[in-house]
Amino acid sequence: MELAKNSRLSKIARDLKPSGIRKFFDLAAGMEGVISLGVGEPDFVTSWSVREAAILSLEQGHTSYTANAGLPDLREEISFYMRKQFHVEYSPASEIIVTVGASQAIDIAMRAILDPGDEVIVIEPCFVSYAPMVQLAGGVAVQVQTLKENDFKILPSQIEEVITNKTKAIMLCSPNNPTGSMLNKKELEELAALVEKHDLLVIADEIYAELVYDEEYTSLPSIPGMRERTILISGFSKGFAMTGWRLGFLCAPAELSSAMLKIHQYAIMCAPTMAQHAALEALRNGRSDVDEMVKSYRRRRNYIVQSFNEIGLTCHMPGGAFYAFPSIESTGLSSQEFAEQLLLKESVAVVPGDVFGESGSGHIRCSYATSLEQIQEAVKRIKHFIDNLPETN
Amino acid sequence: MKLTQKEMEIVEILEKDARLTTEDIAKMVCLSVEETAQAIKKLEDHKVIVKYISLIDWGKVEEYTGVKAMIDVKVTPKRGVGFDEIAERIYRFKEVTSVYLMSGAYDLSVIIEGKSMNEVASFVSQKLSTLDSVLSTTTHFILKKYKHDGIIFEPDNKDKRIVVSP
Repeated sequence: MELAKNSRLSKIARDLKPSGIRKFFDLAAGMEGVISLGVGEPDFVTSWSVREAAILSLEQGHTSYTANAGLPDLREEISFYMRKQFHVEYSPASEIIVTVGASQAIDIAMRAILDPGDEVIVIEPCFVSYAPMVQLAGGVAVQVQTLKENDFKILPSQIEEVITNKTKAIMLCSPNNPTGSMLNKKELEELAALVEKHDLLVIADEIYAELVYDEEYTSLPSIPGMRERTILISGFSKGFAMTGWRLGFLCAPAELSSAMLKIHQYAIMCAPTMAQHAALEALRNGRSDVDEMVKSYRRRRNYIVQSFNEIGLTCHMPGGAFYAFPSIESTGLSSQEFAEQLLLKESVAVVPGDVFGESGSGHIRCSYATSLEQIQEAVKRIKHFIDNLPETN
Repeated sequence: MKLTQKEMEIVEILEKDARLTTEDIAKMVCLSVEETAQAIKKLEDHKVIVKYISLIDWGKVEEYTGVKAMIDVKVTPKRGVGFDEIAERIYRFKEVTSVYLMSGAYDLSVIIEGKSMNEVASFVSQKLSTLDSVLSTTTHFILKKYKHDGIIFEPDNKDKRIVVSP
């Protein structure tokens, strides 16, 4: 019976592991009064001007499909945005596709470039979907682990070690979820040299590019030689606080874009029309709101990182995104144990670092996209939790 | 006074929440507690930070019967002192909570607060409109406050996000 049931499912679906985050979601969802540092999305509601633009678009009856690649006006704005903000030129007509969140962009990128058995180097700890998406596209995810000693930044030498003749691409996310680490210009240049040397592609997930706090952001395709080798993935979810709108985009040279557009048009037709109208407003008039949010995140980042270090959880200062990634090794607990006990005893939800990859073990991901009052209370409870742990040795 | 970047940060933080401790602010701007305290002191000494006050929603207080009115005032400016002299004559009244010089159809926007509508009315008719330079007044009573100085009085602060997400 079991066999018969299973045979209805594809091997690929059967082999897919459930996300480690799911377990924590189920555990926390049933509890009252939980302070959550486990949320991977902004605590801001989308700007009113953006929401209002979407309402207007509905009132005006913009409820039909758009062009497969997205509203021409929106692609124009994205092109302008990429040039102004990140210093890269993409043609709105042939090199930009508006997608259903950055997730769908990653999916079509993988499907467009991978043949069965092709390898993609996935730099961990990272967003939980990368390796499964490689797998779903028939590829093989080859994990490399960034290390705490290097502030979770990948070294080109680490990548070089796992390159084989099947390596097709590197999946890069900077600033990174869950570590908040960001590669600066020099580090990207070193990576670029390696990419050229081995004739690889890079899928650059730059969804957190707006949320950087210390250094100026360098977009990978702005490095000489990289534009032709990069599929740039971005979107509105994080920077513009628009997660629920499901709107992302990708930029890539025309040859790659046209292949991805084919898959996009068969699989999804186009991104939601009202969300596209909202995004248009976000790009045209949302800059000051983004700046305000960044300021607010920066203060909370400074606060939470210092607080963790004060209570004995070593934490590097993340350059971007909205996650702190403190080490909990000093407690003697594994990250799963720590997160589970913390939730049950103190009602604080965090995500164990190992769900994002092997080298995330011994860490927890704490999102500071929540109010300062909540962060203060969470830190207090975490301190109480640590102080009351039984002596292990 | 030209503010440093850190001082600017501190002012912005305090403007939103004046009850944060110096320790909290220090952490947020990456300064020592001492440096932060010094910076705040300097901002207070230079009157950049004028006063720490609370924003009260008096609409919630049953006993409160007070009223607020915004009055558009047209005046004749005086040679040498322009509008300043008449503005000062007006803002010195304790009933007056704000005075702004405006562009457009009238000159001064005066906000006054009284215990009752009668009190406001008698202030306008007896004190304000009888001033020499005042040509005319138009009084608008405030019926309900929805938002004041960037703060929404009844915000929907409920976190609608799911508790754990990737």
